[in-house]
Amino acid sequence: MMLLLQYTLIFTSVLMLVALGGCFSEHSGVINIGLEGIMVFGALGGALVMKYLSPGVGPFLMIVITICAAMLSGILYSLLLAVAAINFKADQTLVGTAMNLLGTAAATVIVKAINTAADSANPSSEIMYIEAKKAFVMVEGTEFSWFMVLAFVLLIASYIILYKTKFGLRLMACGEHPQAADSVGINVYRMRYAGVMISGLLGGLGGLVYITAGVSAWKFENGVAGFGFLALAVMIFGSWKPQRIALAALLFGLFRSLSNVYTGFDFLKNLNLPSTVYNMLPYIISLLVLAFLSKNSAAPKAEGIPYDKGSR
Amino acid sequence: MQADKSRESLLRKPMVQTLLASLICIVLGLLVGYIALLIINPSGATDAIISVMKNFWAYSKPEKQLKNFGCTLVTTAPLIMCSLSVLFAYKVGLFNIGAAGQYVAGAGASLYFALALHMPWYVCIIAAMLAGAILGAISGFLKAYRNVNEVISCIMLNWISLYLVNTLLAPVKNPTGKDTFTLASQNPGAQLPSLGLNTLFNQKNVTIAIPLAVLICVCIWVLLNKTRLGYELRATGLNKNAAKYCGMRDRYNIILTMAIAGALAGIGAAMLYLSDFEQWAVTQASVPAMGFNGIAAAFLGGLNPIGAIFSSYFIQHITRGGANVDMNMYCAQISDLISSVIIYMCGFVLFMKQFMNKRLDAKTQRTKKGGSAA
Repeated sequence: MMLLLQYTLIFTSVLMLVALGGCFSEHSGVINIGLEGIMVFGALGGALVMKYLSPGVGPFLMIVITICAAMLSGILYSLLLAVAAINFKADQTLVGTAMNLLGTAAATVIVKAINTAADSANPSSEIMYIEAKKAFVMVEGTEFSWFMVLAFVLLIASYIILYKTKFGLRLMACGEHPQAADSVGINVYRMRYAGVMISGLLGGLGGLVYITAGVSAWKFENGVAGFGFLALAVMIFGSWKPQRIALAALLFGLFRSLSNVYTGFDFLKNLNLPSTVYNMLPYIISLLVLAFLSKNSAAPKAEGIPYDKGSR
Repeated sequence: MQADKSRESLLRKPMVQTLLASLICIVLGLLVGYIALLIINPSGATDAIISVMKNFWAYSKPEKQLKNFGCTLVTTAPLIMCSLSVLFAYKVGLFNIGAAGQYVAGAGASLYFALALHMPWYVCIIAAMLAGAILGAISGFLKAYRNVNEVISCIMLNWISLYLVNTLLAPVKNPTGKDTFTLASQNPGAQLPSLGLNTLFNQKNVTIAIPLAVLICVCIWVLLNKTRLGYELRATGLNKNAAKYCGMRDRYNIILTMAIAGALAGIGAAMLYLSDFEQWAVTQASVPAMGFNGIAAAFLGGLNPIGAIFSSYFIQHITRGGANVDMNMYCAQISDLISSVIIYMCGFVLFMKQFMNKRLDAKTQRTKKGGSAA
């Protein structure tokens, strides 16, 4: 039971962070399919810092620097989407797909290059961070980490920023009706950049949380195993609203962790379902929910459409 | 003057512009790959990028060249089908990111029919086609009747089909590994016939899949450009409301398009797995990249069925070439890096074309002015 709680909370944190990232990007009017790639790069940034920073710096500094590195690499990577989608009016779905492929490929090339340079007999794509990871654990011997607290804080912050600040309301205006927003003096391009970069920040952090969930080494060949896509489902399930995204993330996190630990429960074990069923369930649920709720979709009206100052 | 004019009108042709834009994408992709190699280790970078581009020509013996050329072709056929699937849907205004999942469904169906039910190859290929079509039709139905964005439903279905296929194929797993049994060991009748192509290439996995894929490309081109249905589908893609106003059945067309796109991707999977070149790993935790690479090939080929043949071959050519780099310094994923950069650059194709047209417009404006002044 304890194990289920731990895994649920850690997966919920990951999904919530990444889905909130997607939420910011889409509210500004840019569809972000590339969350998966952003997560990989955030994870890579964090993992490299954990590998090279000596544990002597103390747990606090370790946490701060690693998180900053993950966020920064997430932001830098998300600029690829921002430049293409905002300045060059590229097809956002195409660019997002390319970013997902590029994320895993580039991260593998980078990590393998580092590993091969250190030891030519070790061409693996794995980074280990057993010592460094200890800094993040809140309660010794469990998976409860500071990330859960951070995710909760960021959830509240996202809610306040989106609904209670001038910036957030302007951001959402750019996703609903950019021409109207422009007519009252809002710089739509700048707002969209902000939206995409925030999604890079949160997505990168989510990637870092994901690779420290229950493991202390990560093979970058595997990317983040579809968590970016799952987060996208969470965002839609949560109808683009932070408070609902949190609930959706909790539900999806629960199912996801059930697939890891369901053998620990007698009644679930007796059902004799293969573990793939628990892996599938979140996707099936979100598909069903979409089928019943999409008639009046809550998606930002102008998402996916490049903003052209001249069009009306 | 005359020559100048003909050159200019040549540049204005959409075909030429598309070709030019694709070439720019390729060059930029290779350039980024080269820079990455230079950063990793400058001493062998030039050799490495050349071996990526050379692929089978890197071997000295002709038999070896032919064998590796055959291997490249075996993986080209499924990619052609996936890119056809993507571009067919895109012509109708749908982004079929679900080619990956439809490919997975096709792989599952063909292998299940081959290994568990011991069916001959033509039944397996039809099963794969139907599995892909059903999956595609689900996305189409959700789009047409429930207003669910096809990108989102396709992404969900990609993962659902991956886990389903892993479960479905678990009983035919080879107990010594994580892969399914080979067709040769269980049911040789399910292997695609090769009609002598295997002896020609000296590679047992070369089958009729390659000519079949090319044939299907031509069929799709005819369907899109020369038939009423194709016209209706393209009209729906260009302006959904106008097509509906003209009495075209927009909902029916959306479902039909996704079903055809799904069937294409499904056949693609059958082409790879029924050639026994690769087995399905039932523990794999991510959707195979073939479907996503299909998006790359479709856009690189200028969204033209015939272009897709060449772009698919090119992508598989450098992917296989990546395996030839010096493993002491670099890794095979350098080709994945190059092809993903190429897809990313494909996003800029629209901008490149606009830029070309703008430059040409400015030029004609200038010559016109010069003419009137004289």
